[in-house]
Amino acid sequence: MSDQTILQKLEILADAAKYDASCASSGTAKKNSLGGKGIGSTEGMGICHAYAPDGRCISLLKVLLTNHCIFDCHYCINRKSSNVRRARFTPQEIADLTLSFYKRNYIEGLFLSSGIIKSSNHTMELLVEAARILREEHDFRGYIHLKTIPEADPELIHQAGLYADRLSINVELPTDAGLTRLAPDKDARQIEGAMGGTKMAITQAKDEKKRFRHAPRFAPAGQSTQMIVGADAATDADIVGKASRLYDNFRLRRVYYSAFSPIPDASAVLPLKRPPLIREHRLYQSDWLMRFYGYQPGEIMQATEKDGNLPLDIDPKLAWALKFRDSFPVDVNRASKEQLLRVPGLGTTAVRRILTARRHRTLRLDDVAKLTVSLAKVRPFIVTCDWRPTLLTDRADLRRLLAPRQEQLELFAA
Amino acid sequence: MTSLQHVKLGTYYVVNLPRPDDFAFWRERARSLVQCDVPPDRVAWVESGGSGDLFAGGDTRLPVPPADARPIRASKRFLSLAKNAALHSDPERFTLLYRLVWRLQRNPRMMEDRADADVRRIEELDKNVRRDSHKMHAFVRFRQVKEEDGSEHYVAWFEPDHHIVRANAGFFKRRFANMRWSILTPRGTLHWDGATMREGPPAQKSDAPQGDPAEDLWRTYYASIFNPARLKVGAMLSEMPKKYWKNLPEASLIPELIAGAQSREATMVDAGSRELEDRPETLEAIDRAIHACRQCPIGELDNQAVMGEGPQAAALMIVGEQPGDQEDKAGRPFVGPAGQLLDRHLEKAGIERRGAYVTNTVKHFKFAQRGKRRLHQSPTAKEIDTCRWWIESERALVKPKIVLALGASAARGMLGKTVSISKVRGEPIALEDGSELWVTAHPSYLLRLDGEAAEKQAKLFDADLAAVKERLGELS
Ligand code: SF4
Repeated sequence: MSDQTILQKLEILADAAKYDASCASSGTAKKNSLGGKGIGSTEGMGICHAYAPDGRCISLLKVLLTNHCIFDCHYCINRKSSNVRRARFTPQEIADLTLSFYKRNYIEGLFLSSGIIKSSNHTMELLVEAARILREEHDFRGYIHLKTIPEADPELIHQAGLYADRLSINVELPTDAGLTRLAPDKDARQIEGAMGGTKMAITQAKDEKKRFRHAPRFAPAGQSTQMIVGADAATDADIVGKASRLYDNFRLRRVYYSAFSPIPDASAVLPLKRPPLIREHRLYQSDWLMRFYGYQPGEIMQATEKDGNLPLDIDPKLAWALKFRDSFPVDVNRASKEQLLRVPGLGTTAVRRILTARRHRTLRLDDVAKLTVSLAKVRPFIVTCDWRPTLLTDRADLRRLLAPRQEQLELFAA
Repeated sequence: MTSLQHVKLGTYYVVNLPRPDDFAFWRERARSLVQCDVPPDRVAWVESGGSGDLFAGGDTRLPVPPADARPIRASKRFLSLAKNAALHSDPERFTLLYRLVWRLQRNPRMMEDRADADVRRIEELDKNVRRDSHKMHAFVRFRQVKEEDGSEHYVAWFEPDHHIVRANAGFFKRRFANMRWSILTPRGTLHWDGATMREGPPAQKSDAPQGDPAEDLWRTYYASIFNPARLKVGAMLSEMPKKYWKNLPEASLIPELIAGAQSREATMVDAGSRELEDRPETLEAIDRAIHACRQCPIGELDNQAVMGEGPQAAALMIVGEQPGDQEDKAGRPFVGPAGQLLDRHLEKAGIERRGAYVTNTVKHFKFAQRGKRRLHQSPTAKEIDTCRWWIESERALVKPKIVLALGASAARGMLGKTVSISKVRGEPIALEDGSELWVTAHPSYLLRLDGEAAEKQAKLFDADLAAVKERLGELS
């Protein structure tokens, strides 16, 4: 193993990291390297330095410290019993690689996670060490995201938060039963306990910062988590419910969804069918609706079909509107912002534009057309001074008329 | 008429801009001109190196506003847009800005009117410039140069669309404060030595270093982090348009990665190489393996594999083409309309379906999505040949005495070549393990017919089944 080159290790350990959905580097405290010794800055929005042919943004060096693992989670390509090539970086190598990429402006920073070697504590120590080298020895002021290991000592997780911009702890599966079955070495209570600890530390640090200017920062970009979709029987309603509980209880910045993909050398307890990728997309859309459009989790659940899953052929907003037709049509000249946000086809930008424009004139259908992307989609749900969809909202085949929606927003690009 | 006279009288002004991105200069001049009430059509804004001689007749001495001139109003929104718009490469930008300030004096709320052509234009310029700056932050790629004294110098070549270089110096300074770096562009250069920023004249690509050993690592990373199961080239292109590729070290890999992802199945479908693999030893193992199989593109669709069913000791194996919509949903073979028709004919022939092993030659449902409906599509010969591995593995375990192939696809799956049903039906074909292959039509073919043709085919079908029944009796 020791004769693997950095290049070979990178190949293996970046490949193993691609199942982590997040590459976000936004929303952390502003910092720059003026007056320091090292390099790095974060200024609000993270930057996508490249895009891969899968359409995803590449913002961070996303790697595993190692893909050796003593755990045997069935859905994971790196599990103990899996037959993959293994590699292992030292914390120093990770730090060097990060700096070397950063100095060439390839990345915003590092997203480091790891398989479990020896023990959870030992592994966590190595992760923290890589971050320490960057922050303390090189005065690195770019972005660091550390995936923490919930079984590790809380003190270690706390240290991680002092170096990292963001911490994440993966809940892995939407239900406890799923976790017990597919990740026998993991424990839901422990995971949530670690999230609770991180939440407290974040709140406390923010509080102290208000009072003492030099109080240390703790994970200023907050914490996030990831759930695997489609590896167990959990429905979209279960998943949305779980996500909203997590948002509420732990004030997560983001819940990421990762469609389970059957992995080489699959374990016997796994479902053989991979979920359609579009399912993951619908979950992100519903996440979006909850975070930016004022939908309650219960409302998203109402948009699911009999089997508890969101329809795949139409987006959740349209699905909700079709189920609750008596909330429509909405008068664009009078309706509140909240009501407008519910109109399928009106995004936050369009709503903002409508609100500004109607201060100057009474909007006609033509005006709405200029302010939105697709009038066809919006029309059945709105009233303007010269338009009223008398029959449309009642039509039984409205769903067919509006689906399938071809355009797909890439919602998880950082 | 009068304005023409004014021009001749010298009330036509020309402002020569010292630098293409000098917003402050423009703002000073624009303020005086508005205060002197000079209408937009009497001012020409000329960039250095621009077509100045067109305006040779204009007056470059600007009028001086009276001491008590009223202050010039401009909304915050206008200012924030104008600062960016001034950096655009559109030669008309300063004229547009001046027209807007001029009009703003008469209608202070004009910027709110999104339907106004000038307002839309300045928003567009602002957006283009912001995007260009954003791409500069993202796509500048430094290359390390070792200086003679051993120090490191990082040099980048970048080609912006607009005059954004100076405006973005601060970003790179804040980020790489303690690094020595230069950014070379055709619109000017920036040099930072860790303490001071120096601006230089336009550069050429050949002034920049040609490579950097770290780029191999970066390319490795780029290729490894990419998930070939989700090709979304459009999304990539909209964020990383081709015009940037030539200066991005990783971009040289893109065509290869895309082609690789597309032909991944195709190359894996090298049937020959699979002969070296061990065949699964149980039907359960086949079941598991076909669900994970992506050897042909059908497996990439949103479907599940459908395994054969029936006693492993069956003397008769009935092979269809592929699962249909209902079979895919149920995960069982021959449960849809064709299956029901088959059941009726089997019953008529006295063949008990439960005693037979019923399966398909292609394991996944191939379809085209039409709205909510999934329309059946026939597998290609290549797909059938690829999937043969599984049906052969099944046959090796079930060891039927007779295989009844329904339709041409199933026949190809058993024989590896295409035969005409009308020529081979009614006669057994010997298979290499000593068993017999009987070929007949697929029941879905019968479903599509009506009238006389349907009756005729149903009779032929019944006759084939009867012959099989008889032969089964002889063999047992
Ligand atoms: S149709 Fe056959 S060869 Fe193609 S993926 Fe499915 S099982 Fe594999």
